[in-house]
Amino acid sequence: MSSTNTIVVLPDQSTAQLPRKNYLNQEYGLKSWLLTGDHKRIGLLYLFSITFFFFIGGAFASLIRLELLTPASDLMSPDTYNKVFSMHGIIMIFLFLVPSVPATLGNFFLPIMIGAKDLAFPKLNLLSWYLYMAGGIFILSAMVLGGVDTGWTFITPLSTHYVNTHVVTAAMGIFIAGFSSILTGINFIVTIHRMRAPGMTWFRLPLFVWGQYATSILIVLGTPVLAITLVLVALERTTGIGIFDPTKGGDPLLFEHLFWFYSHPAVYIMILPGMAVISEVVSTFSRKRIFGYTAVAFSSVAIAVFGFFVWEHHMFIMGVSNYSALVFSLLTMLVAVPSAIKIFNWSATLYKGSITFEAPMLYAFGFFGLFTIGGLTGVFLGTLGMNIHLTETYFIVAHFHFVMVGGMLMAFLAGIHFWWPKMTGRMYPASVSQLAAVVTFIGFIFTFFPQFILGYLGMPRRYAAYPPEFQVLNVLSTAGATILAVGYLLPMLYLPWSLKYGKIAGNNPWQATGLEWQIQSPPLTENFVETPIMDHEVYDYEWLANKTAHEVETVG
Amino acid sequence: MDSHAIATTAGEVHAEAHAHPAYLRHHFETVEQQREAASFGMWLFLLTEFMFFGGMFMAYLIYRNWYHAAFVAGSNTLNIWMGTANTAILICSSLTMAMAVYSAEMRRKKSLVVYLILTITLGLTFLGIKAAEYKEKFDLHHVPGANFSIESFVHPTSPRAIALAPDMAEKTQVYFSLYFAMTGMHALHMIIGIGILLVLVYRASQGAYTEGHTSTVENFGLYWHFVDVIWTFLFPLLYLISRYR
Repeated sequence: MSSTNTIVVLPDQSTAQLPRKNYLNQEYGLKSWLLTGDHKRIGLLYLFSITFFFFIGGAFASLIRLELLTPASDLMSPDTYNKVFSMHGIIMIFLFLVPSVPATLGNFFLPIMIGAKDLAFPKLNLLSWYLYMAGGIFILSAMVLGGVDTGWTFITPLSTHYVNTHVVTAAMGIFIAGFSSILTGINFIVTIHRMRAPGMTWFRLPLFVWGQYATSILIVLGTPVLAITLVLVALERTTGIGIFDPTKGGDPLLFEHLFWFYSHPAVYIMILPGMAVISEVVSTFSRKRIFGYTAVAFSSVAIAVFGFFVWEHHMFIMGVSNYSALVFSLLTMLVAVPSAIKIFNWSATLYKGSITFEAPMLYAFGFFGLFTIGGLTGVFLGTLGMNIHLTETYFIVAHFHFVMVGGMLMAFLAGIHFWWPKMTGRMYPASVSQLAAVVTFIGFIFTFFPQFILGYLGMPRRYAAYPPEFQVLNVLSTAGATILAVGYLLPMLYLPWSLKYGKIAGNNPWQATGLEWQIQSPPLTENFVETPIMDHEVYDYEWLANKTAHEVETVG
Repeated sequence: MDSHAIATTAGEVHAEAHAHPAYLRHHFETVEQQREAASFGMWLFLLTEFMFFGGMFMAYLIYRNWYHAAFVAGSNTLNIWMGTANTAILICSSLTMAMAVYSAEMRRKKSLVVYLILTITLGLTFLGIKAAEYKEKFDLHHVPGANFSIESFVHPTSPRAIALAPDMAEKTQVYFSLYFAMTGMHALHMIIGIGILLVLVYRASQGAYTEGHTSTVENFGLYWHFVDVIWTFLFPLLYLISRYR
């Protein structure tokens, strides 16, 4: 990218300094972090922890891909393989994807974006991090003690009667981590309702906030159902009650209903915050007001609502009634409507915008392509006939990785790159970050596109061995995963590097309109010197240009 | 509350907002905002509790339709007098809790402490009776997974009871699984509630809630009433299925 084609405006580096007082140097010492009530510090605590768990989950993913390099199960025994993919799923879903954007970027920026000093309940916020860590420790100890081999879905009666692994420990870990996300959800909803600055009406909220709001509704309504389901599974294993046990009159299908009643909305818990990030990034890097603000805002809410009525599409082959399957298939396709509304509105925002290609925008473009493929294959899978053919194959694996990794992880990285200068006050190197975005995209396509073909050809998921004719595509997938790993490791190098050697970013390097860009970077502990009054729309670039033109240059 | 009382309360809140009382946390602008946020947060938490119990109510709904005879037979073996007594006790404890909230609002420290202690006592009585009921179930071999026997359902001793076929009698295990899961989860909520009440009594005796900052007591009151409401659903659903047909 040539240096002229950029919107980045950094202050004069010879005189620029970080603000003398900010949330990072307000207090020092371990205690000031572990007992903090500051939403920004808690956001950073979460960022460190989820990165840690991401790399553990990633290590398991590497093991899976290495095992699948050859048709025979030669690197590990099939039993070990079961444990590896179970841990990969459990860690990535409950300890990375669910908290990823809300607990890090949401925690950090939601109060600032609505003009508040903090979330409504700072102590609960800190408690949620401790619960998250406790849940993580339970799950890690399940892993160290010998693992779980049920997959992340804990399907009964396998999990209650037939396996002899640490199901209860892992389930309790998920229960506790679920509590942590419930606290975050409650905190966000109350904050958005009660803590908005004067003039910050509902339709002046940044779309990021709308996305977090929809996510929080899903968390608050869905997570408790997962909690009680896992409690019942644990009770069934330990005390022998029989709610899901067919020998006592229970029905395993009920477990599936309860489990997916949470776990399908959980998919939207994972993707909605990603979409929320993309809305901010797209508007900023095309220098345009987001197209169809209300449509994008309400599509988040619509996804949250529809998301609760589609869970049975995970169970079409499990003996549910054909009529209900028909209804759920139809409802599943309806979710595509609000998702498409978002994609179309983002595209319309790009149209005639002054687009620049900084790293966050490249990640966002990656999101568009990968999420669209992931979403459309979801419509395939929602079709009853196709579902029977493709379910439990690698097509499913490819589909949800396109949505979750291609969609959510790309969005998460877009968000991290977008707000990094605000969080740390420093800029990462532009060219390396753009390279990382491109490498991630290419690596991703090579890893997961072959899996669509493998699945269509009938390769089942969750097996350590496969027929030799599938080897070429599996090797391609493993090779892609290697490139993908490089893509993820690059930010791990240059982001920490930038903390010390990065250029001073100044208050508003991207020339963005959000409230968070109008304050110093890194922000003050109280965020604002005085409570801001919102007197314009949120994506108002004319207002910004006006403000910048009349601003008196202050140094220091 | 009549209009005069509302006006006074609002006036007080307003006056306090300007004085910035010690309990106003720095990130709130006014006392009113803090109070509304706390109560809204509590209602949302109760919503999650509702969904938590909702999973079990869903299971109950399905299995009761499938195995109606087993549910009737199981329900008829429960001790209705203990259940009724517990219902009355819990409703009384809700009254004492409401009185505690009222005392906090009226800034009466002593009566606040007394009402909170009464609530604890009633809660403990409930748990004691519940424990006696559980003991009875053990003795009758009605605990699934531990020592369950269908004997009393296939050959009932009571002349009123209808004997079940062994196949349906097996299904009483589902009924008792739900009985223990639902009342157990309810009792767990009671135990947690009593734990919090103990803290509240201590802090109330220090005068923490009678200086205008009542939202902690109020919001705990909401939790306690919620647990009570859950029981008023559990009681008819578990104890009163076709009892006097």
